[in-house]
Amino acid sequence: MTLDSKIPPGPIDRKWEYAKSHYKLVNPANKRKYDVIVAGAGLAGAAAAATMAELGYNVKCFVYHDSPRRAHSIAAQGGINAAKNYQNDGDSIYRLFYDTVKGGDYRSREANVYRLAQLSVNIIDQAVAQGVPFAREYGGVLENRSFGGVQVSRTFYARGQTGQQLLLGAFQALERQIALGRVTMFSRHEMLDVVLVEGQAKGIITRNLVTGAIDAHAGDAVVLATGGYANVFYLSTNAKASNTTAIWRAYRRGACFANPCYTQIHPTCIPQSGDFQSKLTLMSESLRNDGRIWVPKTGGDSRRPDQIPENERDYYLERKYPSFGNLAPRDIASRGAKEVCDEGRGAGPGGRGVYLDFADAFKRLGRKVIEERYGNLFEMYQDITAEDPYVVPMRIYPAPHYTMGGLWVDYNLMSNIPGLYIGGEANFSDHGANRLGASALMQGLADGYFVLPVTVGDYLGGQLGKKVTTDRPEFKQTKAEVEQRIGKLVGAKGTRSVDSFHRELGNIMWEYCGMARSADGLKKAITDIRVLRDQYWRDVRVLGTNDEPNQALERAGRVADFFDLGELMCIDALHREESAGGHFRVEYQTSEGEAQRNDDKFLYVGAWQFTGDNSEPALQKEPLVYEEAKLATRSYK
Amino acid sequence: MMDLTLQVWRQASRTAEGKFVTYEAKDISPDASFLEMLDVVNERLTERNEQPIHFEHDCREGICGSCGMMINGVAHGPAAGTATCQLHMRNFNHGDQIRVEPWRARAFPIIKDLIVDRSPLDMIIQAGGYISVNTGSAIEANTLLIPKAVQDRSMDAAACIQCGACVAQCPNGAAQLFTSAKVSHLGLLPQGQPERYERVVRMVEIMEEHFGSCTMYGECEAVCPKEISIDFIARMNRDYIAAKFRNRKSEANG
Repeated sequence: MTLDSKIPPGPIDRKWEYAKSHYKLVNPANKRKYDVIVAGAGLAGAAAAATMAELGYNVKCFVYHDSPRRAHSIAAQGGINAAKNYQNDGDSIYRLFYDTVKGGDYRSREANVYRLAQLSVNIIDQAVAQGVPFAREYGGVLENRSFGGVQVSRTFYARGQTGQQLLLGAFQALERQIALGRVTMFSRHEMLDVVLVEGQAKGIITRNLVTGAIDAHAGDAVVLATGGYANVFYLSTNAKASNTTAIWRAYRRGACFANPCYTQIHPTCIPQSGDFQSKLTLMSESLRNDGRIWVPKTGGDSRRPDQIPENERDYYLERKYPSFGNLAPRDIASRGAKEVCDEGRGAGPGGRGVYLDFADAFKRLGRKVIEERYGNLFEMYQDITAEDPYVVPMRIYPAPHYTMGGLWVDYNLMSNIPGLYIGGEANFSDHGANRLGASALMQGLADGYFVLPVTVGDYLGGQLGKKVTTDRPEFKQTKAEVEQRIGKLVGAKGTRSVDSFHRELGNIMWEYCGMARSADGLKKAITDIRVLRDQYWRDVRVLGTNDEPNQALERAGRVADFFDLGELMCIDALHREESAGGHFRVEYQTSEGEAQRNDDKFLYVGAWQFTGDNSEPALQKEPLVYEEAKLATRSYK
Repeated sequence: MMDLTLQVWRQASRTAEGKFVTYEAKDISPDASFLEMLDVVNERLTERNEQPIHFEHDCREGICGSCGMMINGVAHGPAAGTATCQLHMRNFNHGDQIRVEPWRARAFPIIKDLIVDRSPLDMIIQAGGYISVNTGSAIEANTLLIPKAVQDRSMDAAACIQCGACVAQCPNGAAQLFTSAKVSHLGLLPQGQPERYERVVRMVEIMEEHFGSCTMYGECEAVCPKEISIDFIARMNRDYIAAKFRNRKSEANG
């Protein structure tokens, strides 16, 4: 098989224009004859569902929450990038493109990233028109701030709740279409499989989370916008329910899974406090704009932070990266924290933390300004830790946060299964091996508002008269397989809870496939995962029945898929014998401990194809070509 | 570590009979959140072959609005401005008895244990909680100047997480605080002006179909995890009355 990226011809700044001008169009009168299935209603899903409904398609939208507004996009804090250059500081579409490619350590697809940068400006216009209350200057214009990995101020924000406000914009647009009858909303429905008819995606199978009913739904195209898979680590900044099942089921049906090992460990999270911990809380990295990160110069320093004099502190990011300092990209900042803690210089209980200190900012700007910028984050920190960050420096530690890998898509965001489109964090395309701050919201909305509605239309243009119904045997077959799988889990009379297995899997992943990876460790992880997975299927306990709300059953299916995904992540990480962005192999580093890419051997997207339960996945390669952003060693010094 | 006694409302389904069941929650860390405490209880229930307590939750950082329960009769429990997932056990004392119930409101039928159906809140949004602008037809963002104070006020209202605590706490089961937050978020902004009066009428009408009447007890404001101000209710009422007068003449005729 070959993976055809379908990059349009022409110069990079004309490709999207070219593509749009050549897509098939659907006659307005025919649009209502098409049913488009959208799974997920975060930024990408809600924006795509609403926009396609505006265009006239019949949309069926599925979420496992009680309301589409609960999707985890809502928790994004810091902001959204756009190349508006309102600050007149030299920003441009090209610069946003370049920063994103470089930030991704030259492992993303140029054409997609350029389109993302172009669309960024439209997103801000759209969001403002919807009533998203972005921060403003006293003169009434929009305000910007800077964010990790870049040297311009291009981030738009709404206090510390930018994701919430952008999602509400998309959610409200979606609710409007629901009221107009153009979107049928299926809340409390979890997608458990995708249905292929003659090789094309033509529907999905869902479980009603209230009644347990397993239903088949047919459509002319299927869009998955079901988010990322960082919960494979058990402890992550993702919401508890965030999972890989939708994309993993699609993978098992033949969609290639690209770069699964590219995971982002976010540097500014609240350190773990005990075994009961159910998730890790992120604090926006915008804190790094004004906070300074440090640890004591010598290990075992048990003094209170305010008792440690200036000359006995190591502001290690400022020392190692003088030009970017505390604003170094996420992967670099996270590894920096791990290194100093591994050296025994960490702060707080267990030594797994570094200080994020605002003392200088208080002096420079005053408490009021800091309160205005970060008040809600400071409150959140105090709620969780019972420490007052206005008095004691915060302690932070990296945590799994975002997954750059995902299902492989072409330029049109279509997977290698015709009619199956993937948007937002669920696809792999735009962030390469590392995502810059404030870029996830940008990508989710670019995909949802501006890309999918036209590219799905291009596909539908060729589908007239090819409608299928759920009477087809493929639907009955897939539904039977879903039921069989649920049957294996529900009422499983083992001895251990789903969560206890999930925690153990998370420990393996964090230890061997987290911030630093080695061939030996990854091999051990693969063995350990397989042993644990066998135990899981033999020894998990799932009480209750399928015919009722059953949260243990919901989790049991998701965790089963996390086992398989975790294994694939390790296989991918093992095969990629280089370090790039969030993927750091200890064997491949410079003498200064920086990630060392191997462009001769690994300048490609590694997309894995499912070949069966008991056989190794097949690696498909999409070569990466850099014509605009010339390959260079990433330096933030 | 602390030991607690929980009385938890257990109800298998919407139509099943419910009852309080007592559970001992021993060795709970004061640093655990209320939901993490319930996780621990659920692990132990599973060990004993008893179905875990069902409760809704997701982000566990106070923003998705999924979680919420009555804790000793107070929506989201004793800490002000805090959702249940951000309520830490250090707010309780060793030996405490804690009564845990689902949201209490006629508009929110119980689905199971502590999970309720809050879909009428989405219906209020569907009635007009949006600005009618299709993707693609937006003007350049900085064409619209919005005074910072207006923006800030709008953001105060937009911070609502649609958890339903306001309804659950209200003796009348009214949804005025929720509805007024959305009416104000949009109605304060210049983008929201074209539909301002029509919006408030449509949203209030749907609200009244599903929820009780507001008699200004103010309990909603006291339990709101985002501390949405009750002033927005007054603002909504003002807009609603103005709309009733304005609508006698069509907007087009001035």
